[in-house]
Amino acid sequence: MAEIAAKVLVVGGGPGGYVSAIRADQLGLDVVLVEQGGLDGGLGGTCLNVGCIPSKALIHAADAYARAAEQAKSAPFGLRVEHPTIDFARTIEWKNGIVGRLTSGVGALLKRHRVKILQGRAVMVDGKTCRVETDTGPQAVSAEHVVLATGSVPATLPALPFGGRVISSTEALSLSAIPERLAVVGAGYIGLELGTAFAKLGAKVTVIEAADRILPSYDEELVRPVARHLRTLGVEVLTRARAVGLSDAGDALRIEQEGAAARSIPADKILVAAGRRARTTGFGLERLDLNMNGPFVQIDERCATSMRNVWAVGDLTGEPMLAHRAMAQGVVVAELIAGHRRVFDGTVIPAVCFTDPEIVTVGLSPDEARKAGHGVHTALFPFQANGRALTLGAEDGFVRVTARADNHLLLGIAAVGTGVSELSTAFGLALEMGARLEDIGGTIHAHPTLGEAFHEASLRALGEALHI
Amino acid sequence: MGTRIIKLPDVGEGVAEAEIVEWHVEVGQSVLEDQLLAAVMTDKATVEIPSPVAGTVVALGAEVGSVLAVGAELVRLEVAGEGNEEVAAAPREAAAAQAPVEKPAAPMPTPAPQPAAVPSAPPPPVTRAPIGPPRAPGEKPIASPAVRRRAREAGVDLRQVRGTGPAGRIGHDDLDAFLRGAPRAGISAARAANTEVETVKIIGLRRRIAQKMAESKRRVAHFSYVEEVDVTALEELRATLNAENRQDRPRLTLMPFLMKALVKAVADFPEMNALYDDEAETLERHGGVHIGIATQTPAGLMVPVVRHCETLSLWDCAAEVQRLAEAAREGRATRAELSGSTITITSLGALGGIVTTPVINRPEVAIIGPNKQVVRPVWQGEQFVPRTMMNLSSSFDHRVIDGYVAARFVQRIKGLLEAPATIFIEA
Repeated sequence: MAEIAAKVLVVGGGPGGYVSAIRADQLGLDVVLVEQGGLDGGLGGTCLNVGCIPSKALIHAADAYARAAEQAKSAPFGLRVEHPTIDFARTIEWKNGIVGRLTSGVGALLKRHRVKILQGRAVMVDGKTCRVETDTGPQAVSAEHVVLATGSVPATLPALPFGGRVISSTEALSLSAIPERLAVVGAGYIGLELGTAFAKLGAKVTVIEAADRILPSYDEELVRPVARHLRTLGVEVLTRARAVGLSDAGDALRIEQEGAAARSIPADKILVAAGRRARTTGFGLERLDLNMNGPFVQIDERCATSMRNVWAVGDLTGEPMLAHRAMAQGVVVAELIAGHRRVFDGTVIPAVCFTDPEIVTVGLSPDEARKAGHGVHTALFPFQANGRALTLGAEDGFVRVTARADNHLLLGIAAVGTGVSELSTAFGLALEMGARLEDIGGTIHAHPTLGEAFHEASLRALGEALHI
Repeated sequence: MGTRIIKLPDVGEGVAEAEIVEWHVEVGQSVLEDQLLAAVMTDKATVEIPSPVAGTVVALGAEVGSVLAVGAELVRLEVAGEGNEEVAAAPREAAAAQAPVEKPAAPMPTPAPQPAAVPSAPPPPVTRAPIGPPRAPGEKPIASPAVRRRAREAGVDLRQVRGTGPAGRIGHDDLDAFLRGAPRAGISAARAANTEVETVKIIGLRRRIAQKMAESKRRVAHFSYVEEVDVTALEELRATLNAENRQDRPRLTLMPFLMKALVKAVADFPEMNALYDDEAETLERHGGVHIGIATQTPAGLMVPVVRHCETLSLWDCAAEVQRLAEAAREGRATRAELSGSTITITSLGALGGIVTTPVINRPEVAIIGPNKQVVRPVWQGEQFVPRTMMNLSSSFDHRVIDGYVAARFVQRIKGLLEAPATIFIEA
């Protein structure tokens, strides 16, 4: 069996793994990265192949179609569109093109950085060596440092094993046709993003959620515009409801809802979006006997596991399962291995929900801030009073700021509205830099932009709002 | 509604100005009649100024530490009925040397109606003053990612670093300052250098003391003289008298004996009980012996005066010292009780020390400081005997007191204290 020795072995080519590999090479370390590929991965991991990127492509196409269809019904600014149709096979092809460009881009980046890529499944032998089953036979890799970045997989529901009509987000992003009736189990961000996209594409969508409202991890104020828009789109939302299995014929989803008789919802596809599970099996992790933190690999603030020189980044290490968190962790680990002093010490990890309208949260909500023992100033500025929002026909939503009452230090910024995901940059920067309300109030924001709502919300928290 | 101006009242005979040492009210606060507005300090005494009327404070006349002339505007109140603003215009101008500090928020002269939607956000507290620990325990330091990285690389725990930016944000300059203060990089948090610098405004009594001490040391040609005194006999007498334990008499310390000895000594050395006016170049010899007693109070050193000690008994002296010291400590001492001394005793009591170099209470010319008592073996011809010994450290103004005279004066006191009966023998 051929054997390679390297300074760093990265297991997994997703955002955490490939970024770690690139950074390690930049710091002069020689790196081997193992990526198993397959249906649910490849270089770029879940994010590029079956997550963030393809879903956003689908969401964009669906939105464009829905807008065209809306113009056909009523032409608010005079755009006449007649009988718009969507060629869904072409949509998927377009989406695949984007994914292809990005994943081959990652491959090129890794190559340019002299990262040795091994295609195949890695199985850890011990904390310093692994065996990789490649197309050309088994390969042993020994390294001083191992970075585990194996990511996550869609969580399964015992009552609804994947297969047939029951699909995960992975399959939902590569359907050959738009389902006529789509049942979505789980009203978290994955279920709602995809459910909304298919509703816009013309599917009859029913969302089943066990909690008493959609997006239970976001505060109600932020979710309200999303719930409103789902109603407009004709999405049926069943809360306090549980999916208990398929009907006998296999063409409907049986549900139980609090205060209602059990019933079946006919569905051509049933999307189970019940969260994601860390990928902790299938690569010899059990042999390392690392300390676990529930279902996740336990790490400290340096992303070090309980075994010396074994590091872990990304979804494997727990919530929030976000690509940008994994990437930041990957950089920290590479720099630590190169001998720098580092910790993963971001003040905030922004989270975006690409529903319609979008939700972005950075830092604490007003309630969380109060629970943390702060006196709080909070204010929101509605997009109804923002010129740019009106010209975009997107006046539902707002920007909300939360600051300490005593020194006006911003603690959290959130927004809901069309296109607000792009504001996450400004929000994150404000919090990382330790901005106070006065700093935002004193920053000249370009007019007319949605970002002005951030400015105005900050002024409003100071009692100085100009446009409301 | 009218505006009523409260002027700094005449707080003592011959007092032309006073320093604001404390505000009891703030702008926007409503006050009742007789409620205390401010504490002001004259040469000696601190005086509380009550409000003559009820009203709402719209402006304060000066910051703490400022000196206001008598008659200058102290507080501006909004009162029911007519005010006295016109009447007050002249004295205000007279006191123009001290520009009144008016809060911009204070509507002048009468408040304009304010919209209901006035923001309630208070101005953020000034965080530049480097007082106290960097931040409350458990509170996360605020710093940009670049600062955090630099700190990490330098091995600095940002929790130990003071942030001088808005909301206590730690900037690169704060980190630089911390690193300059740290003896070496990589120092552990537990042993990190404390770079705190606390700036305390020297105001009120402390400022008076500072001025008086500097003035005394600058103008007076001090010399100090230390002599050893055998106080064994005196201590025996004191113990005997205290053992009587009479309810009508205070317990005796060394102080009344020393006072009575001084009365006796200055009768022979009248130049010691005197005030030297170095501008007029005159020495004012006093018949009455008014002894200043240096007293430590919570606010600082004060010197209440026991007047006409030549008329007082030993117990009178003891009682008077006790009464005045208490009054001074509690801030009740009057201006009269704090002035007019002709010679001063400074004692550190039980602390004592071996030797002190007292600073003369100008314009006096002598100050006497007893040190601690120690039982020491003393050679008496054929053997060592245990004796209670005490040093007497005194300072004199060499401009008017020669060393020889001072030495004789101290010898006289020594003689009186060593043979205490002689203190009480009428001449």
